[in-house]
Amino acid sequence: MTAEPAAVETVLPDHAIPVLPRGVRLRHCSVRDGWFLLAPERAMKLQATAGHILGAVDGERSFAGVVAHLAEAFDAPPERIAADARPFLIDLANRRMLEIHR
Amino acid sequence: MNDQPKALSEAMAAVPVPMAMLAELTHRCPLACPYCSNPIDLERRSAEIDTAAWIDTFRQAAALGVLHVHLSGGEPAARRDLPEITTGAIEAGLYTNLITSGVGLTEASFDDLAARGLDHVQLSIQGTDASTADRLGGYKGGFETKMKVAQWVEREGIPLTINAVMHRQNLDRLAETIELSVRLGARRLEIAHTQYHGWAYRNRAALMPTPEQVARAGEIAAEARERLKGTLVIDYVTPDHLSRFPKPCMGGWARMGLVVTPSGTVMPCHAAATIKTLAFEKVTERPLAEIWARGEAFTAFRGTGWMQDPCSDCDRREKDWGGCRCQAFAWTGDAAATDPACSLSPHHAEMRAAAVTEASDAGTDFEYRRM
Repeated sequence: MTAEPAAVETVLPDHAIPVLPRGVRLRHCSVRDGWFLLAPERAMKLQATAGHILGAVDGERSFAGVVAHLAEAFDAPPERIAADARPFLIDLANRRMLEIHR
Repeated sequence: MNDQPKALSEAMAAVPVPMAMLAELTHRCPLACPYCSNPIDLERRSAEIDTAAWIDTFRQAAALGVLHVHLSGGEPAARRDLPEITTGAIEAGLYTNLITSGVGLTEASFDDLAARGLDHVQLSIQGTDASTADRLGGYKGGFETKMKVAQWVEREGIPLTINAVMHRQNLDRLAETIELSVRLGARRLEIAHTQYHGWAYRNRAALMPTPEQVARAGEIAAEARERLKGTLVIDYVTPDHLSRFPKPCMGGWARMGLVVTPSGTVMPCHAAATIKTLAFEKVTERPLAEIWARGEAFTAFRGTGWMQDPCSDCDRREKDWGGCRCQAFAWTGDAAATDPACSLSPHHAEMRAAAVTEASDAGTDFEYRRM
């Protein structure tokens, strides 16, 4: 077999653009009153914070842009938002539910 | 003051929110796989509900809390309105998965589905070379078409799952099946041991794997799962009769998902019609939410209240939910019996012995699926 295993993501630079790939979708479920990240045969229930982070991931904003957007929207310190968002997005990338475009 | 509203609200609270809906758009299919999971009594084209009824069903399902819809069949591409149906599912907000043999799709029709926003494709393969695959599927040229469809899916960047139903006549090719899935760019592989209902039950003497084959397959799958981490996710489940405990069929009856057949009949599982003691309702006759919450077929085995000994006192009763109701009915005539796949069932030894006998049968001829 020739396929190389996908690289393990460990860093997410400020300028990198997080992108939800084809086949991964954010959806609000009013019946369960929560946000879900949907992928093949999977539905991941998101904490409120995680829902807001992914809501800001629009395929155009860089990671720094996502953080700035949330800092303004929630009137919170960017460092604190980055500290939450970075490991969460890296984890999603390693589950192949997020792509990081450099 | 009045106990009735309280009793009603408690009953409503006990109704779970479904995650997924299997939409059997049609039972028509160019292939004739002898293990097809469709019923023996296939529903005909004249009984199929129309485009608008499907779209309405998707809206009702989304309102009920369904997140994933699996557009299946038969072969869903056998419906000319598959594009409109797909759009209907997407616009209802559902995550849309196409379960296809590939036969009936063209490059143009697939690109159209992709442009409409299809989320995921699950492609079946019957074997790893054309002559084997086309014999098992009963359709010449099928294998070649599948190889093309996989390329179109990859080109569009849509995640691809390969579904490989395994049995005595292809289980020795498991390593090649895994290799082919990687070559086709699949991210998931479902190694699905045949479930012996319907057509597969009829053909079990030609399909039942030997215990040696199954043991070897388990080793191959475990080794490949480690080696291909990050490339291919492998779903592998041991066949029923060789397991100690039954599978939590459908994640529990009427708990996680529902099935709508081509005629709009709503069922808790795709094989539920084999349970002759159950009555089903149609989505064209009663709101989906009511059928899900209160339909007789849904309440019959929901939760654990219906269970008998040894299920009722078992520590695993909320893990495997008593196993498969259809299999219990087929073997014991009582759909509330313990699944004979469970080692605690009094019928387990009989089921296992029958499987071993069938596996040693040298026959390879099939009764192919037909309308």
